[in-house]
Amino acid sequence: MTEPASLLAWIAFVCLVAVTVGSAVLVVTLRNLFHAVLALIASLLGVAGLYLMLLAEFVAAIHVLIYVGAVATLFLFVIMLTVRIDDAALRQSNRQVIPAIALCGAGLALLLAALLAAPWTPVEEIRPPGVQQIGHDMLTTYLLPFEVVSLLLLVALVGAVTLARREDQRT
Amino acid sequence: MIPLAPFLVVSAALVAIGVFGALTRRSALGILMSIELIINAAALNLVAFSQHIRTSDAESTAGQMFALFAMAIAAAAAAVGLSIVICIYRNSKTVNVDKIDLMRW
Repeated sequence: MTEPASLLAWIAFVCLVAVTVGSAVLVVTLRNLFHAVLALIASLLGVAGLYLMLLAEFVAAIHVLIYVGAVATLFLFVIMLTVRIDDAALRQSNRQVIPAIALCGAGLALLLAALLAAPWTPVEEIRPPGVQQIGHDMLTTYLLPFEVVSLLLLVALVGAVTLARREDQRT
Repeated sequence: MIPLAPFLVVSAALVAIGVFGALTRRSALGILMSIELIINAAALNLVAFSQHIRTSDAESTAGQMFALFAMAIAAAAAAVGLSIVICIYRNSKTVNVDKIDLMRW
């Protein structure tokens, strides 16, 4: 039987949730998009911490590498390239804020009611797979998806370069 | 270890916030960021379920593997989406989706 979480674990969990959800709210409400990306980075780091609390340390490390290292940097570059400075003071939300809040609140209430009422039966003892197990499975059971994803990444990146390249440099 | 339900609540909250952002942001970049939040919530759910609920040890890595694949696909989506944003900006000098009505009848 897995031992119940200690008080310290709960405190860490609550702090991580506060960082994750609070930064996520900032991501969708901040007017300056540059600040929104910084909040997105904080939120993603919080999610990485949640992965650590789930004893999934490999996913946490890869999450930080891919999202904070690559995706957030890409966002920062594109914002530098496209958003003008005088745009930062403009209103960044459309006129549908009130209906959107109502819709998302209703969806959230529905989700919470469903998942808190569901009878989850967790395993007796949690034995998280290590990095070794993940590496082994990735190259045996999940070999085909692994190769397909690598092909997808290649195609996506070539496509991204082709789209972002200027037309008049095609000589 | 923290039980399963709190992680699901966090994940549901992230989805709701992400959908709110995708519905209300005017900038295409803001919408892409909200979509990243939603994908994160889904991956968090997958890992939480795989650590807490499983039928055999043979499938113990399934959820984490799906989360890794989801991350790779999200990275590809972000790369293509952002280069489309650069393309749109080059053509119409704006990234606000309410200004981009080229394909609206």
